[in-house]
Amino acid sequence: MSKLRSRLVPYLLILPGGFWLAVFFAAPLIFLISMSIQTGNVTSGFTVTWHFAEYWLGLKGYSQQFLHSLYYGGAATALCILLSYPTAYWIAFKGGTRKTTYLFLILLPFFVSFVLRTISWQYILADNGLVLGPLKSAGLLPENFRILATTGAVIGGLTYNYLPFMVLPIYVALERIDFRVVEAAHDLYANKFEAFRRVVLPLSLPGVFAGVLLNFVPAASDYVNAQVLGGPNNTMIGNIIQDQYLYNTDYPMGAALSFTLMAFLLIGIFAYARALGTENVLEAAAA
Amino acid sequence: MTENTPQGASSAHESAVADLAMRRGLLQGRPGRVNAGLSRRDALRFGGLAAAGLGLAACGVSGAGKHVALSKVAQEAEKFWAKQKKHGHVNFANWPLYIDTNHQTLKLFTQATGITVNYQEVIQDDPSWFAKVDPEIRAGQYIGYDIMVITDGFQWSDFVALGEYTPLNQKMMTNFYKYAAPKFKNRSFDPGNTYGMPWASGSTGIAWNPKYIKDPITSINSLWDPKYAGHVGMMSDIQEIGNFGLYKIGVEPEKSGPSDWRKAAAVLKQQKSDGIVRQYYDQSYINALAKGDTWITMAWSGDIFQQNLSSGTNLQFVVPEEGGTIWTDNMTIPKYAQNPVDAMMLMDWFYRPEIAAMLTEAIEYITAVPSVQGIIAADAAKATGSDKATLQEVATSPLVWLSAADYARLHNYVDVNGAAQQTYSSIFEPVVAG
Repeated sequence: MSKLRSRLVPYLLILPGGFWLAVFFAAPLIFLISMSIQTGNVTSGFTVTWHFAEYWLGLKGYSQQFLHSLYYGGAATALCILLSYPTAYWIAFKGGTRKTTYLFLILLPFFVSFVLRTISWQYILADNGLVLGPLKSAGLLPENFRILATTGAVIGGLTYNYLPFMVLPIYVALERIDFRVVEAAHDLYANKFEAFRRVVLPLSLPGVFAGVLLNFVPAASDYVNAQVLGGPNNTMIGNIIQDQYLYNTDYPMGAALSFTLMAFLLIGIFAYARALGTENVLEAAAA
Repeated sequence: MTENTPQGASSAHESAVADLAMRRGLLQGRPGRVNAGLSRRDALRFGGLAAAGLGLAACGVSGAGKHVALSKVAQEAEKFWAKQKKHGHVNFANWPLYIDTNHQTLKLFTQATGITVNYQEVIQDDPSWFAKVDPEIRAGQYIGYDIMVITDGFQWSDFVALGEYTPLNQKMMTNFYKYAAPKFKNRSFDPGNTYGMPWASGSTGIAWNPKYIKDPITSINSLWDPKYAGHVGMMSDIQEIGNFGLYKIGVEPEKSGPSDWRKAAAVLKQQKSDGIVRQYYDQSYINALAKGDTWITMAWSGDIFQQNLSSGTNLQFVVPEEGGTIWTDNMTIPKYAQNPVDAMMLMDWFYRPEIAAMLTEAIEYITAVPSVQGIIAADAAKATGSDKATLQEVATSPLVWLSAADYARLHNYVDVNGAAQQTYSSIFEPVVAG
């Protein structure tokens, strides 16, 4: 009896979490896989025809948008690291008693809706808007100059929107560093730069890793920034997926593209984890 | 299960069956049932696979099934309407900038009937509206609106084919039958006004901002003019943009076929790759034009008039000599609407000539009630100041009172169904997709 129970216990323990995963992750996922191999249209209905060619068609038809997503997402993530690391470093080591205030300030924009923040950039950066209008009438910029509807605008928007997701994990990683190890490095004749390079940076890498994860995944699948700030040649794969679902009602194509994107992201993340030498992806993300 | 996946079926029953099948699939995969000889990891793995296999086969999405004869629809409608009662409230879904700004027409309706109106400008375009409400109606749910305004086009046909409209109560359309022009009572896409009453008609043409463009625009070629590169707005709606591609290559949309569509798509793609197109817009094209992001754009006639009226801009509109598009937006009642009687009363209300006149004065789109022109002219004679000029403009505007020559230049959307519609979409979708 007790043997049976001890055998059952692990299953019982896994039940709540397993149930949660089954309902909110596995079931939608299965539905999505199924959807991706169906054919039909919205009036005649969709049926499973094991039409795996949908994936190939999606990849072929929208390769440009996949590349945009990876490029914009990657560029925004890199910019976020460049901007966030010094900020997080400064808050962690020089912030003193006001650390929480600074962190709060970083988070403050989050109190305004994501879409609203992005749309307000549309007004600020409009061709004859708050910024460009006066510069143009002063003759400092050519009449044709614009920021909106360019690649830069999309990457800028992504960087702006996801910046706090990079600052916070890096800050947490830096905050944890016992400053005595830095002192120890100085005692061993390391100058400031060497101490940073050999001690602080390696210790903060899990934070950077988590930040990259939190930035790149949503940034690569984002569709709001490209829609609001981009032009017709800046479409990202998220826009296409959204259109397939919410505009064309071509559900199979939408599902196939979602899966392809997911595969790219997962492969990318694991390759990245390997390269960085971080054995356990989840551990790094949790840090 | 997820927000975006369609789980509907043509009937609630079928969807319930599909759900059950799917749940069954998941249950069989639950780890606890697998015998203890397997390791836990294996158990999970097999469980997952089994669930996946069963689940995959179970999740089809059914469609409309059979075509229903109009006489049958009329019988069903009679039974349906016999059971309905007035509730004193109605929810109205319409497009932005599509009613008099202070909603006087609706206030008068509430005064006259005691029915309150919740008027929402929630429809940005037909395809996205269809994609949003179709899964809800399939699932047998009330979409929250009793009236929705739908353009004659692909989505109109889809709604009809799927049986997602409530057939109108012909007995409650007295004003409509009394005052509407014959042309609006006899339409190929809606025989016998079974499902819709026109809200307004209008044309799709070219608008430009004279602040940036000095020469008057007359030709479709201006949308391809390198002079305006980066400042040309095109519409993201594939039916709108498809027609414009066809005018550009000199083919009438009504007579076009797949090979013409491919040629039209090619010139549109060229326009994009040459950097001429600023963006493919939904309703937001009007903001882009007003802000100066675009100088010249595809536009709907009445929007330009309203924009000029509300913010004092001087935007211009023209139906290009190569051709423009005419469309009709129709008030319809979605299936499972909760206040259909109130909806019918409001829809017919807009066919009282004085109400129709108020609407036309405000939106400057084509009305289905011909006597409105006389009423507006009379209003103009009584009015003073700037109102007088505006009303006179409405009473005589060639955009509202189209001449026979105008009608000759205006074309309908490409009207195709089923597989041809998919072909059309697959040709024009890549143009706007990026």
